[in-house]
Amino acid sequence: MMMILGYPAPLLFGQLLLGLINGAFYAMLSLGLAVIFGMLNIINFAHGALFMMGAFVAWMLLNYLGIGYFPALILAPLIVGAFGMVLERTLIRPLYKLDHLYGLLLTFGVALVIEGLFRNAYGSSGMPYQIPAVLGGGTNLGFMFLPNYRAWVVLVAIVMCLGTWLVIEKTRLGALLRAATENPAMVQAFGVNVPRLITLTYGGGVALAAFAGVLAAPIYSVNPNMGTSFINVVFAVVVIGGMGSILGSILTGFGLGVIEGLTKVFYPQASSTVIFLVMVIVLLARPGGLFGKAA
Amino acid sequence: MPIARRTLLATGAAAAVLPRGPARAEAARIRIGVLNDQSGPYRDDTGMTSVACCRQAIADFGATGKGIEVDVMFADHQNKPDVGAGIARQWIDRDGVDFIVDVPNSGVALAVQSVVRDRNKVYVNTSAGTTKLTGEQCSPNMLHWTFDTYMLAHSTGGALVRSGGDSWYFLTADYAFGQQLQKDASVFVEQAGGKVLGASAYPFPETTDFSSLLVKAQATGAKVLGLANAGSDTQNCIKQAQEFGLTAQMKIAALLIFLNDVHAVGPAIAQGLVLTESFYWDLNDRTRAFTRRVLPATPDNYPNMNHAGTYAATLHYLKAVHDMGVAEAKKDGIATVDRMKAMPFEDDCFGSGRIREDGRVLVPAHLFQVKTPAESKSPWDLYKLLATTPGEQAFRPLADGHCAFVKS
Repeated sequence: MMMILGYPAPLLFGQLLLGLINGAFYAMLSLGLAVIFGMLNIINFAHGALFMMGAFVAWMLLNYLGIGYFPALILAPLIVGAFGMVLERTLIRPLYKLDHLYGLLLTFGVALVIEGLFRNAYGSSGMPYQIPAVLGGGTNLGFMFLPNYRAWVVLVAIVMCLGTWLVIEKTRLGALLRAATENPAMVQAFGVNVPRLITLTYGGGVALAAFAGVLAAPIYSVNPNMGTSFINVVFAVVVIGGMGSILGSILTGFGLGVIEGLTKVFYPQASSTVIFLVMVIVLLARPGGLFGKAA
Repeated sequence: MPIARRTLLATGAAAAVLPRGPARAEAARIRIGVLNDQSGPYRDDTGMTSVACCRQAIADFGATGKGIEVDVMFADHQNKPDVGAGIARQWIDRDGVDFIVDVPNSGVALAVQSVVRDRNKVYVNTSAGTTKLTGEQCSPNMLHWTFDTYMLAHSTGGALVRSGGDSWYFLTADYAFGQQLQKDASVFVEQAGGKVLGASAYPFPETTDFSSLLVKAQATGAKVLGLANAGSDTQNCIKQAQEFGLTAQMKIAALLIFLNDVHAVGPAIAQGLVLTESFYWDLNDRTRAFTRRVLPATPDNYPNMNHAGTYAATLHYLKAVHDMGVAEAKKDGIATVDRMKAMPFEDDCFGSGRIREDGRVLVPAHLFQVKTPAESKSPWDLYKLLATTPGEQAFRPLADGHCAFVKS
């Protein structure tokens, strides 16, 4: 059997694949963050809490209304996205003119409040959520057992990432959005309702977080803290990719997933540190991030 | 008028010397403090259900009928040792608390240990795992009730090896608690003739995805996956082990998991899991009767062994207080704990048994297996009993703890 660094090659291929799967979550979460930062200049610390809300809304839909996984995949992002728009209208809007730090502090506080409310209502130990029957089981790839659900996650994540990138970079709506960030007064003069555009963008970013939350519900513990453990890594992804760069977030998300996965094979103790190590190196070499415009 | 002023000063001084606040003129009043996690990861494992169980013990004891007034206070230590120690200090110094109970999280548990000892009050820990409480950091003011890492590793580890699970791979949370649990369990696995094939220590609490580690564990061909972690880490490991088909070829041993965690994962995924608790609500008529009594106060969260421990500890403390008289008990914490050690415990949750010199309460260790969805008749009907280790054999031998105040 072929060996790489003392590990059988098939095992290593399996680990590469697993890294890509985890990277899919990082990519989707950082995508929402990058959209919100790139378009609105808000560092959205509530992203983890909104991700958690997505998972919880899926659980609520199933347990209160009997609505299953696939409808929840569409409904939960809509519901949480609407909540995000209310948040934007009422709390975030007054902060656009101020320094980034104010938005960061506000959204950090909002995250604490949301998590606290969920903890009060549903406890801390979490809720069960099953993998939908259609996506249960797995395929033996010869070198590893690939659960069908994980394959589905990667597929959906790639479609979602490409879709978002296309909308922002290649459509008229995306062009308007980018123009509105560059020069809101000018775009408004052309008759575009810029505040509404911004609200919708925030809602869209939040919906992406909630969408990732629904995808995560069957494989991670659905509890009020589930977003907190992701959010640090996701911020690192956004910083490494270049703040606000959509493509940068996507590629970095997948890339860091692979790096983290391989670290878990060789020296698991360092698997969370390695991401920040990469961040330090990238920032030293390219302060604007891998895909960012020069800072 | 110098004399009048002096009189005035004397009166003031006398007033200052008089006991103030709760302690005044309440010789027959006992104040209990339930210190635990009210808002964090151990909120369901302890939290308000512990407070409900403490109140249930006071009611079952019939304190008012016996002429003892009992107050219950509770607070959130936020899993921070300094916060926990600060609350304990304030409770004893300012609020006149006589007895502190519960205290999950080993770090906080050890911090509270010295606070209570310095002030000669009574402390029963009913939900932290560290064996240091009855070992190198033991205290004559404390009892350790429900479980410890030695007991869990001994019961779960030993039983699985005997039933054929003779090769192990550990997933370990990379901090003091996880490492201790892995170390303890490895010893028992090897003693029973098994082998430890390897371990992955992962960063805590930053890890949510265990798939890489699980696939690596699977490739070693080990028969048992030992989870040396707790809370949502354990839940995630169990969920993902099932997803990646590990359960088909490996048995999973959760070295610390509570009923509430199993409920959160659900029997569809947790089925077959082997674990140890010293209490289960559906164990026998007495545990069911206890659960029926306490459930109205905590309808959404069934009691686990920590909650039962808080109940039993409060009950046993009140018995000792009644026995020696409230005034005596309030005066001397060591004497009260000695009295508690001298009396066998007897309650609905743990039956009866002995309390050892070093403060270890010798409750039985029950080995459970999680039911399949077909066997589980209700959301909390989750365990079936596999075996029971009597309290006398379940814990670390007295001599191995090297507790300083125990004469060998």
